[in-house]
Amino acid sequence: MTINPDLQGRSYPAAEVYDVGREKIREFARAVKATHPAHFDVDAAKALGHNDLVAPPTFAIIIAQRADAQLIEDPEAGIDFSRVVHADQRFTHHRPIFAGDRLVAELHVDGVRAMGGGAMITTRSEIFVLGSGDSREPVTTTTSSILVRGEGQ
Amino acid sequence: MSPSIHELSAGQDIGSRTVEVTRTDLVKYAGASGDFNPIHWNEAFATGVELPGVIAHGMFTMGSAVQLVTDWAGDPAAVVDFQTRFTKPVLVTDTTGTDQPGATIEVSGTIGKLDAEAGTARVDLTVVSAGQKVLMKAQAVVKLS
Repeated sequence: MTINPDLQGRSYPAAEVYDVGREKIREFARAVKATHPAHFDVDAAKALGHNDLVAPPTFAIIIAQRADAQLIEDPEAGIDFSRVVHADQRFTHHRPIFAGDRLVAELHVDGVRAMGGGAMITTRSEIFVLGSGDSREPVTTTTSSILVRGEGQ
Repeated sequence: MSPSIHELSAGQDIGSRTVEVTRTDLVKYAGASGDFNPIHWNEAFATGVELPGVIAHGMFTMGSAVQLVTDWAGDPAAVVDFQTRFTKPVLVTDTTGTDQPGATIEVSGTIGKLDAEAGTARVDLTVVSAGQKVLMKAQAVVKLS
């Protein structure tokens, strides 16, 4: 299977809204063995000046990988998920993610290059929090490279 | 209390942490994150796609490593940027039914760079499992008080 080189420059618009819940923040924090009280205890988060629980620094991967799924599951892309290896990841937080946030992600395919029999694909998710009316503000930019391994890689 | 930039210097040690990982932890991470790729929980599937065995999600390793920075910073909201490259997989052996971990990840951090104008410190993490660096260029930028 070959990766479609025309993917580069493609964008997928913001789709479903992700509602950040307190229990999801707690579950994710436990799953990465995080113990900071601001992930678990609303009063501890408030004592640090926040309105609600603070998500761990890599929590946005949930929203980013949902956005990535649009690309991975796109039959035109030609990506075999079982041969995908995560190569690099970055989170740039314009502001922290809090419980109660309603988030959307726009996905951009920034790079596609052949590597051996496979390909390296770089994507960027621009994650926004929805405000009142049509307003939204940037929360997090994630960038990710995945290696789709060719046969024997 | 978050550290003050005036008390820090490049090269300073911020501490270390050991993370023990079991197959159960990978199942929990799969559920929490929504990443159900079977290479992270099914041995036959993993070896069938030419991996040495079940490997941890790169994002599990990245996500558990940053706790060292969060604790040092005093507030998870202070981590404004965090990046890494995944260089080696963390192979997690099946120790189900025992009290042994399937892998151990050693995390240590030093101050890489201070930016007085931005009021930030870059923490460089060294993340090792089974004697190999599993993350490279693992850098977290922390907003200081």
